[in-house]
Amino acid sequence: MSGSTFETDNKLVNWFEKRLPIISLMHGAVVVYPTPKNLSWWWTFGSLAGVALVIMMATGIILAMHYTPHVDYAFLSVEHIMRDVNYGWLIRYVHSNTGSLFFMVVYIHIFRGLYYGSYKDPRELLWIIGLLIYVLMMATGFLGYVLPWGQMSFWAVTVITNLFSAVPIVGDAIVSWLWGGYAVGNPTLNRFFSLHYLLPFVIFAAVILHLWALHTSKSSNPLGVEVKTPQDTIPFHPYFTAKDLVGLAVFLIVLFFFVFFAPNYMGHPDNYITANPMVTPAHIVPEWYYLPFYAILRAIPDKLGGVIAMFGAIVILFLVPWLDTSKVRSSRFRPIYKQFFWILVLDCFVLGWVGANAPEGHFILIGRLATAYYFLHFLVILPIVGMIEKPLPLPESISQPVLKGEQE
Amino acid sequence: MMGMLRMKIGLVIGSVVLSAGLWLGAPATATAAGGGITFEKQKWQHSGPFGTFDRAAMVRGLQVYTEVCAACHSLDLVAFRTLSALGMSEDDVKEFASDYEVEDGPDNEGEMFDREAVPSDYFVAPYANDKAARASNNGAFPPDLSLITKARVGGEDYLYALLTGYEDEPEDFELGDGMAYNKYYSGHQIAMPQPLFEEHVEYDDETEATVEQMSRDVSVFLTWTAEPAMEDRKRMGVKVLIFLGIMLVLLVLVKRRVWSGVH
Amino acid sequence: MASNTLDPEAVEQPERRDFLYIATGTLGAVGAAMAVWPLIDQMNPSKDVLALSSTEVDLSPIEEGQSVTVVWRGKPVFIRRRTQAEIDEARDVNMADLPDPEEDAARAVKPEWLVLVGICTHLGCIPLGESGDFGGWFCPCHGSHYDTSGRIRIGPAPDNLVVPDYAFLDDTNIRIG
Repeated sequence: MSGSTFETDNKLVNWFEKRLPIISLMHGAVVVYPTPKNLSWWWTFGSLAGVALVIMMATGIILAMHYTPHVDYAFLSVEHIMRDVNYGWLIRYVHSNTGSLFFMVVYIHIFRGLYYGSYKDPRELLWIIGLLIYVLMMATGFLGYVLPWGQMSFWAVTVITNLFSAVPIVGDAIVSWLWGGYAVGNPTLNRFFSLHYLLPFVIFAAVILHLWALHTSKSSNPLGVEVKTPQDTIPFHPYFTAKDLVGLAVFLIVLFFFVFFAPNYMGHPDNYITANPMVTPAHIVPEWYYLPFYAILRAIPDKLGGVIAMFGAIVILFLVPWLDTSKVRSSRFRPIYKQFFWILVLDCFVLGWVGANAPEGHFILIGRLATAYYFLHFLVILPIVGMIEKPLPLPESISQPVLKGEQE
Repeated sequence: MMGMLRMKIGLVIGSVVLSAGLWLGAPATATAAGGGITFEKQKWQHSGPFGTFDRAAMVRGLQVYTEVCAACHSLDLVAFRTLSALGMSEDDVKEFASDYEVEDGPDNEGEMFDREAVPSDYFVAPYANDKAARASNNGAFPPDLSLITKARVGGEDYLYALLTGYEDEPEDFELGDGMAYNKYYSGHQIAMPQPLFEEHVEYDDETEATVEQMSRDVSVFLTWTAEPAMEDRKRMGVKVLIFLGIMLVLLVLVKRRVWSGVH
Repeated sequence: MASNTLDPEAVEQPERRDFLYIATGTLGAVGAAMAVWPLIDQMNPSKDVLALSSTEVDLSPIEEGQSVTVVWRGKPVFIRRRTQAEIDEARDVNMADLPDPEEDAARAVKPEWLVLVGICTHLGCIPLGESGDFGGWFCPCHGSHYDTSGRIRIGPAPDNLVVPDYAFLDDTNIRIG
């Protein structure tokens, strides 16, 4: 990763170092790692996402000790956790609420990347690995939502697996392969549990690759100009450990506010009803973090078209490094694109709002317009604005505006 | 200065984004799912960050459940032993449980047998299975009540509204066979006939058993059955948030000191 | 590394800096330690498991010289209706010969009835009844011999078979636990 200056007189450490230089590796990665000194608070969300992953894995492994992946016992075992297991309610609520906040943190992290052009050369792979993590998170979150085997769990898995039936010719074969039967049932629950346990470890591995890529291409920064001299950087520790810890404290306050005072706020009451394959709830909605994609799915009046649009909305993010033609990274120096960025953010909220509501009346039209705009942004606005926009003059280096007191 | 301002605007937008995100997908608490039916939020002793369950109301609510609701509704997830949370002594719980019979076995001859319930047993369901429950109720299934306040939009407020919402149907309303009119139920047609009437139960503590009182009491009781750890949760929450608040202040000071030398 | 943590202002006020860092670090460590407890305690027996702590047994079908095995807290419990010869044998023992000396009278509420947790005190196997050199139990795993009072006589087991808490509800019914 980073060139390390690690040195010690400790004989034991040196013995270890000679055989496995992991201490100097960690030292290079999280202690002396030269970090642009102008990183703003928006840069703390990366480490927050890492913390969220660790919380999810720790609480998840514990929940698996008490959970039973069987259609007859899954719901009961979750209630057993809530009622009988020591601190079981706490561990489950931390798991479910951290799940939601994990997505919140990652969305902010992604939008930060979009605003500051963090995906641009030489950080394309860093961006792509990050998006892979996001896709894995969506899969993991969906698989996990199925496990309590409530009504929303059951109908979420039914609806989402049925998306694959849109695939021509082999669609139905894929769906019954996913189910392990003619309908969603015990084999489905069992394999979803297995995969829900597996994927976080894949995410963890992808996070290591993400960090590796980050430490190879180095952190971007709010100005978007590359680090030029050692004066532009400060060591990660203690500066950014101290800053990230402040972010962590705020994150934990938000998390525990929900855990202790509104633990089911981000959930849905129907999931406290045992799954019933004979009755679909009147109003089924996915968890909030999937809502924009759900809106895109429903905006296209064709089954296959809707599925393609939904997956396309994610795929298009992978192409952003090449769709953006701007010479300048940071939107801070892009007066026109900056406006469009915020319109995109607004558009995503509109999509989320449409996704949360039944596809009736004006929601259908709004959903279609917002979907069209989403693709318009990436396929048209992003390339064209980059070509015609005249960016503001860039500072010569990171240190320059800092010296002028531009930065905090 | 500009940077500071921009960052603050960014943070404000961020927090608006955050709260808007939270609202999405979360149903408004005063509206039932579908039909645009609204009902009033009640004042409960257990709401708010310091809320505790009203023990006397829970005891009365248990009585309403056992004497009225239990005729049709199960309470599968609740063990008798947990009734100690209502302030019942160990002997009271034993005596309460012993009124129920549960199937046990097989014995040494391989036969199943009935025995008196003990505190480790769970409330006994009124019907042998879901099909029997449907068959006895005109095809409608009386749901298990253990989690009912968490399983309905509006929770205990909705439950209270529903129990007090029975009235004669309007002139032009076509009521189905065996159905009852309820102004808070989605579609206004509910299969459950009005369950509570004035003086339906006789409270030991001589509280007057009005329909409102009984509805309120059973709502408190069922809020507890749905979330028995609520009091522990809120108590721990206050401590944890105070702790994290102090940590935040200290960490902000640490951060400032660490960064004070950076120019 | 040390040079990185120092900044000019902090050097001027070392005490305040030290106090702030130490206070924050200590409080953080305390918080982390407290957060770990629920993660450990969740593995302890849950409330429903703790509630299933007693078992009632009807002794009337058990003939003299017979034993039955019942389940209590997921473990086997031996209930043996001892013959007079077995009782005499158990009571006529020199305490000095016992690795874990204990009077038989202290191990049986009524001499006729012996109630034991059927788990070898060595490594948890279930001993075989009416076998071994002392007419009591013999553990096939590592060769521990127990006498007619369930006391260890020969072998690697350190302690006598455990007598659970039990009480006679009437002449023929006991409650274990």
